[in-house]
Parts: sequence; structure tokens; C-alpha cells
Amino acid sequence: MSKFLLELARIARFVAKTVRHFFISFEFREMINQCFIVGYRSLFLIGFTAFIAGIVFTKQSRPSLASFGAESWLPSLVSQAVVRSLGPLITGLICAGKLGSNIGAELGSMKVSEQIDAMEVSGTRPFSYLVVTRVMATTLMLPVLVVYTDVIALVGSYLMVNMINNSSLQLFFNEVSVSITYLDIFSSLIKSAFFGFAIGIISCYAGYHTTGGTSGVGKAANTSVVVSMIFIFVIDLVSLQFINLFR
Amino acid sequence: MMLHREQNKGVNILHSEDKRVVSIRHLQKSFNDKVVLRDVNLDLYEGENLVVLGRSGTGKSVTIKCMVGLINADGGDINVLGYDVQKLNIKELNDLRKQVGFSFQGSALYDSMSVRQNLEFPLKRNLGVYDPDELEQRIMNALDDVGLKNAVDLMPAELSGGMKKRIGIARTLILNPKIMLYDEPTAGLDPITSQEINDLIVGVRDKYKTSSIIITHDIASARQTGDRIVVLIDGVNALEGTFGELQNSGHPELEAFFSYN
Repeated sequence: MSKFLLELARIARFVAKTVRHFFISFEFREMINQCFIVGYRSLFLIGFTAFIAGIVFTKQSRPSLASFGAESWLPSLVSQAVVRSLGPLITGLICAGKLGSNIGAELGSMKVSEQIDAMEVSGTRPFSYLVVTRVMATTLMLPVLVVYTDVIALVGSYLMVNMINNSSLQLFFNEVSVSITYLDIFSSLIKSAFFGFAIGIISCYAGYHTTGGTSGVGKAANTSVVVSMIFIFVIDLVSLQFINLFR
Repeated sequence: MMLHREQNKGVNILHSEDKRVVSIRHLQKSFNDKVVLRDVNLDLYEGENLVVLGRSGTGKSVTIKCMVGLINADGGDINVLGYDVQKLNIKELNDLRKQVGFSFQGSALYDSMSVRQNLEFPLKRNLGVYDPDELEQRIMNALDDVGLKNAVDLMPAELSGGMKKRIGIARTLILNPKIMLYDEPTAGLDPITSQEINDLIVGVRDKYKTSSIIITHDIASARQTGDRIVVLIDGVNALEGTFGELQNSGHPELEAFFSYN
């Protein structure tokens, strides 16, 4: 237990250091580069997953609604599920897997091969360059990716609806726009920014404190993914309770 | 200029005290229960190549990492270029680090960057050099010094061990450091490449007038590069002198070292 609390204290100090370094020396160019890596290079995987999730969710939900004669509610159901929960969760979990392992392994291998020490001894502030930029990139890009996921998932859902009911695109998206509120969109974006921050901080922390050679790198990548995923579910649960106060 | 005769473990050395660039006194460092450095005392003088020789685990690398604040010492005093290392804030420490080049055992090249980008990185971030012509000129000069001009666009994964070492040295030289710290510069290299690296270390001292500390357990490298040699045994600097003096010292551990090498 004391070891766990000690680790939590270290993570808290790491978060404080990240925030402090954001104001001390902000690496704008490298942050843009990291945004490109986080955002652009995740597009295919996230888009593919979102598209399939949209199709599957629509196909699974339709029989239940049809048994109540409420098939016309399908666009509303899917859009609320996607925007409120499914979109952020799919994006968060995929990013935790893809980006978390990438950041954890990259920083981990830099640590064990003394590349971070090399930056340190040349006076180049590696913390700002490596950690702050990655945390900022994941925090800023996750909401953007969530919007992308939502749109692709809804397109997938529309194709499914269209195949069964021959519904028009305009009608489908009219239903969608009526059923989702600004609160849904806003809370989803804020929540996903927290997902991104958690993925960035946890992965950077695991990578930056890697010890034990190549096995340590593997452990850092694994820790990044597992702990990020746990945090995503915890944040999702907490945010749900919080958002319900405003509904 | 005041000359100072130091009596150290039976070996006499002549130095000018006012040209001391590094002074380490009673340095101590432990990792958990393992005491690595018990009482290390070192001086490095301007324009000198000092070799720190010793078996693995005697704290050679820890000593130079303490000098640049990569590892915090438990006790003792470390003075580098007039900076009291243990009392520096992060800004002062970075100012010191910009004057000290550190060549790592594994070269520590940034493997996501090409050789050119590896050399650009400290120039842009430390000196604020962004002019393409100036960058090109400085990079090619540094690569010329280590004889690897044609490797400028290669990635670290495409380089041999010896080439990596030389690029690592070029990356530190590009900032014109006053002190160079070499951590096991010939480890894992064949004798011919080791010889080239040793020649390079001597060449750097002669061309750039740097003072250097070379950490090694390679007797051939110590002989070729060192003006003076300090031997660490069990976390203490047990012997000090020129290569010839140490060869005749009759110390049992050193005898074993010489005979093995």
C-alpha cells in the first residue's frame, strides 16, 4: 500500500513538473510535430474501428427497438450512444493502445540507451522537449479524434440503416442533430481531453522512468497501455456522474 | 604561475594549481545499500587528458555523471569550471553543461534523427543557430574533425559502432566544450577502431585545447590517450601517475590489470 501511495506521489510530482515546464519553455514546433504523429497517424485505425462500431451497434440495437415498434428512434439512439460514450471510449482505448505503447516504448528506449541523459547533459531540457510536447499533443488531439470518430461511426450507422430501411442521409442526420445537445458534444470533448492528458502523462511517466534495459522498455510500454485504459474507464465513470448534474 | 607538487599515493606530479578546471574532494555515492564511491578525490588541469582506470563497478562512470549533475552525490565537493555542482539551480547547471561535452558509452545518438539532425539539435536548441548556411558549415566542420563527412545523411541504425562513437563525439564538439568527458570510448570496438578513437581523443585535445577525463578499463587506450592516470579501486582513487609510473608501481591489482590486457 505504501509503495502504491509513493508511486501516486511521484506521478503527482511528474504532473506538476509537466505543468511547470509548460510555462518555463514551451516547444511549439515539436508540439506541432507530435500533434501530427498523434492525430494523423491514428486516423486510419480509429476511422476503421469507428466505422465498424457504428455498423455493429446499429445492427445490434435495431431488433430491440423494432420489437417495441420504435425503429424510427434508431438514429437518435445511435447518435446519443456514439457522441456521449462510444466515440470517446473507442478513441480513448485505441489511443491508449496505440499511442500509449508508442510513447512508453519510445521514451523507454531513449532512457535505457542514455539518449535522454545525452539531452540532459547538453543542457537542452529534455523534459520540455519530450514530455510536455507529447502530453500537450495527446490532450489537444484526442478531442479532434473524437469528433472524427463520431462522424465516421454515424456514417457507418447510416449505411446500416440505409441498407435496411432505405432511409435518406438528410433524414438520418436531421434525427441525429435533433437528438444530441450542446452539452453532449461539449462534455464529450472535455472528457476526451482528460483521456488524452491521462494517456500522455501515464505513458511519458512510464517511459521516462524506465529501468532495466530492453525488458524495462517492454514493461514501460505495457504499463502505459494498461494503466491508461484503467484511467480512461475511471475518468469516464467520474465524468458521467459529473455531467448528470447538468442534465 | 604557481607550480604545485602533489604527493599522491607515492607518485609525484607537477601541476599549475591555478589552471585546475575540475576539483573533486571526498566524493561519496551509494545506491541503496551498495557503496559505489567511498572517497574519490580528483583534479583535472587545463589542456590535460586524465584517464580514470578501474574494474567494472568501481564507480568510474558514476564519478563523471556526478560532475554534470546526472547523478546527485551523497557527499563531498565537486567543482567544475568554478561551479559548485551540488549547489547549482537548474539554470546554472544547464549553463555548466553547455561547457562540458559528454561522450556516452553507447554513443546515445538520437535514433529517430539522421546524423545531420543529431548535430543540428544542440546547435538549434543551445546556441539558437537556425541559419541553414551556418548550420551546414558547422555540421560539416564537426564531421570533418571526426572523419565522417560522408555520413551526414545516414541514420544511426546505418552506422557501425566506431562511427557512432565518432558521431557522438562530433555532436559534443560542435558546441566547443571546455571539458570533454568520455565514458568507455573504446568499449566493444575492435583494436583498429579503438586505435582510431584514441587518436581522435588526442586530436581533440590538441586541436580544441580541451581538458578531458577518459573513463576506461582498456590499458591500451589509457596508455595512448592519458597524460595522467588515476586508478579507482573499491570507490577510492588508490593510485595516480603517468602510465610508466603506474606500470612500475607494483600494486597487485594493477599488475593483474596490466598482465591481463
